[in-house]
Amino acid sequence: MKLKKNIAVSENGFLFDPNSGESYSLNKTGQLIVKLISEGKSEAEIIENIMEKYDVESNALQRYLDDFIMMLQQMNLLQKEED
Amino acid sequence: MKKLKLTIAVTGLNNTDNPGPGIPVIRGIRESQEIESRIIGLAYENLEPGIYMPLMIDKTYMIPYPSSGTDAYMERIEEINQKDPIDLIIPNLDAELYTFMKAEPRLRELGIKTFLPTMEQFEERHKANLVAYGKKYDIKVPKSSTITSHNDIRKIKNDFDYPVLVKGKFYDAYIAYNEDQVTNHYNKISAKWGLPIIIQEFVKGTEVNVVALGDGLGNTIAAVPMRKLFITDKGKAWSGITLNDEEMIRITNDLIAETKWRGGMELEMIKTNKNDYYMIEINPRIPAWVYLAVGAGQNIPEALVKLAMGEHVAPYHDYQVGKMFIRYSMDMLGDIQEFEQLSIFGEIEQSQLHYPNTQKI
Repeated sequence: MKLKKNIAVSENGFLFDPNSGESYSLNKTGQLIVKLISEGKSEAEIIENIMEKYDVESNALQRYLDDFIMMLQQMNLLQKEED
Repeated sequence: MKKLKLTIAVTGLNNTDNPGPGIPVIRGIRESQEIESRIIGLAYENLEPGIYMPLMIDKTYMIPYPSSGTDAYMERIEEINQKDPIDLIIPNLDAELYTFMKAEPRLRELGIKTFLPTMEQFEERHKANLVAYGKKYDIKVPKSSTITSHNDIRKIKNDFDYPVLVKGKFYDAYIAYNEDQVTNHYNKISAKWGLPIIIQEFVKGTEVNVVALGDGLGNTIAAVPMRKLFITDKGKAWSGITLNDEEMIRITNDLIAETKWRGGMELEMIKTNKNDYYMIEINPRIPAWVYLAVGAGQNIPEALVKLAMGEHVAPYHDYQVGKMFIRYSMDMLGDIQEFEQLSIFGEIEQSQLHYPNTQKI
């Protein structure tokens, strides 16, 4: 799982996709997940990292993370597997 | 560096909610470090806002509409040229381009240059010819039919799924979800702009645009892609952002290389969710949002002026991605004497305009 090339995320959680011209505001958790994705972390590593920081049940977190990743895919922000 | 000293006449001063490209073109020229310009505004209506905008136009002359005939139109241009010799005219409105292209030899005799597409380039990219154009230059275009009567609406009704777009030859486009709506839009558009009317397949996706400049030899001198962020109810961009889209640049380069396009152009495309690009329109002139390209690093009006004057222009390759424009509307104040001057004499000097608290050129 990789973010598309050229996608810029500012320290304030403002994400800009220069290919589509779309921009998004991420909350703190979204910011952290996007940061971990851009560092090349796997889903399991992301879950582990978040559970260290937040008091959250792992099944619920897995569901939220799946939703979030699907949203990133729908918004065309992730590189396709074959890329 | 020695500056080019030129008198440049510009049309399209209608900075309304359907803005003409005149003022953005002038802003590009005014900001050029290589051109020292005297700007002549050519206006069709007394209340075109560009006439009254500070620091833009040195002198405005009223001209007749192109529909009054090429002779009447050219006589007025000749009259202006005698008083105020013009080096270059940049026409910016679709409806006048044909007249200027036809008058090119006559303008040349007067020593007035233009930098326009050829008649062939202009004619073949018409909305009504888009399907043939797509086939000829291997570009994806939506399916479309050109119609000239109510009977045709019934004839083609099984060729399309709804919704469809109903478009005028030059202006206006509406979505229709059934035959009644097609008839309705047909009547409205044909009453305003005449025939033919184009019925076009509705391609779902995001509308993206490129402003480009071809040197007439097949080279792309400038190209900047943009997405509209805010669209008015007239379908005009009120805000937009430059994109990093290599495919749009490739399509533009290929088209300019194949057609040897001369002059400014705007390519309107739909990008689908599958990343296919459908060309929906090719406008044979600089669009009103060209100042975004200037701000992003490609001064297209300056490059067009230099090409027209026979200067060498190196192609631009870079531009700033994520550069945005936001239009606004603002009231300017003027005095009745300015309006009187323009109405009675058909011309007005910059010095006769009254802008409180503004430094004059």
